[in-house]
Amino acid sequence: MKRREFLKGSISSGLLLSAGGFSLSSFKTSGSKHLTVLHTNDVHSYIDPFPADHPKNPNMGGVARRAALIEKIRAENPNVLLLDSGDIFQGTPYFNYYGGELEFKLMSMMKYDLATIGNHDFDNGIDGLYAQLPNATFEFVSANYDFKNTVLDGHVKPYKVFNKNGIKVGVFGLGVELDGLVDKRNSKETVYHDPVSVAQEMARILKQEKKCDLIICLSHIGYQYKNEPDKICDTKLATLTKDIDLIIGGHTHTFLDKPTILKNIEGKDVLVNQVGCYGINLGRIDFYFDEEKNIAANGKSIII
Amino acid sequence: MVKLTNYNIVLKQFVLLLTFTLTISCAEKKYAVEKIVGKQININEKIQESTEFEKIIKPYRDRIDADLSTVLSFAPETIDKNGKWQTPMGNFLSDITLEMSNVVFEKREHKKIDFCLLNNGGIRSIIPKGNVTARTAYEVMPFENSTVVLAISGKVVLEIVDYIISEKKPHPLSGMSFTINSDGKPSNIKIGNNNLEEEKVYYVVTSDYLANGGDNMLFFKKNSQKFDLDYKLRNIIIDYFKSNKEIKVNTNQRITE
Repeated sequence: MKRREFLKGSISSGLLLSAGGFSLSSFKTSGSKHLTVLHTNDVHSYIDPFPADHPKNPNMGGVARRAALIEKIRAENPNVLLLDSGDIFQGTPYFNYYGGELEFKLMSMMKYDLATIGNHDFDNGIDGLYAQLPNATFEFVSANYDFKNTVLDGHVKPYKVFNKNGIKVGVFGLGVELDGLVDKRNSKETVYHDPVSVAQEMARILKQEKKCDLIICLSHIGYQYKNEPDKICDTKLATLTKDIDLIIGGHTHTFLDKPTILKNIEGKDVLVNQVGCYGINLGRIDFYFDEEKNIAANGKSIII
Repeated sequence: MVKLTNYNIVLKQFVLLLTFTLTISCAEKKYAVEKIVGKQININEKIQESTEFEKIIKPYRDRIDADLSTVLSFAPETIDKNGKWQTPMGNFLSDITLEMSNVVFEKREHKKIDFCLLNNGGIRSIIPKGNVTARTAYEVMPFENSTVVLAISGKVVLEIVDYIISEKKPHPLSGMSFTINSDGKPSNIKIGNNNLEEEKVYYVVTSDYLANGGDNMLFFKKNSQKFDLDYKLRNIIIDYFKSNKEIKVNTNQRITE
């Protein structure tokens, strides 16, 4: 165990992997599989890059660049899951003019697999979101918004299970509290439920019933609230639940140097990530899997 | 730049796994995470854009550019968001919101709005020096928020003052002024030129978002009457640009310390 802790500490610097001469192939066995999870959040209708003279984000972002980047990554590893954590809408005239049509069309062209619903995705009303659904070839998940009495009933699932080259990946969605944030005239009869109990139930279903190998929470509840320590957020959710491997967040426009690793209620590691906003960054998390029997047998190779 | 770590959870499960694989080795293959590598890729000019995507985007962009590139007004100086208790952008937006909303409110309700309170976070951009277009208004106010007039008592106005002091943010404020004493308590609260009267009813204009408790402005829920003006904040800005060849910003002090 000591060795494991030591290696973990060293690798967090990112140096050992490159300097130590290890390559990914060294660890590959016959049954190993590789899944690349790519993600964005809070893109807020930023389709064009920021101008070169922008004081904060000069020359950054741009959908046409993101599309090229994703295409390049897919060429390296076709086993990609492309996700968005909400607030696709609102922030540039593209949304005011076209109501999210172009955002959804471009995301479909990039072959997004799934998105969750952010508070600003209600900005043209729940009917405005519903009207744009035909432009999206990807689906939406939200487990703690009850849309039963709205037009979205039946159009938003609590979770989705993907079979990615033999790996079963369960992804469920979480939305932020609507009260005081989203005008009732926009969210209409949408009912918000406590994310913690919902997340625990989703993780149970995906782990026990659906037998998923990997469980991802696509969240728009926010990374952390310094001034409101009691408010539920991704970092709290990670520690209060079990069986979730990765929380991909949004809402707080949080730029992280690297994903955060936290211990869940059982003391197991959970990754929490968020990549700022406006399509400035693309998050990339690579998962390497092996059959459980190989991992058990080749105990040594899995230490890194 | 590789920015993460990997982890694995398998050592602890060693004994358990052995038992598991022995008993149901005929079951479907079960996978476990062996390794995780996480990083963030910055999207910038070094990435060659996809021409296929650019072709799709162009007509959408061209139509917006054609509409929003017309010069409507002129800013002799950059109107920024700098300041502790008030900012040039906040003064500008609250002043024009009070002025333009009053035109509608007086016609409809034959009453006068006393003051305006908006939120600092709702102003999304500065106005750079030079020509001003409708795009500027979209950048400042991308939201579809409309103005709402609320009838509130002088006691609720006191709560607003306490809120502003505790928030320590330069929330846009017009038609009202007060002093913050060295002990952090307010004094000399004036609505227009008159001292605040606790029992009197005042009319405040704000956005529908804030009226519904946005940014924790819960005091707005204590209103006795609500009037939806159906006048978007962005349209107020555009209408002001259209009717003023040059943007004027009032620098008069609203909150003194």
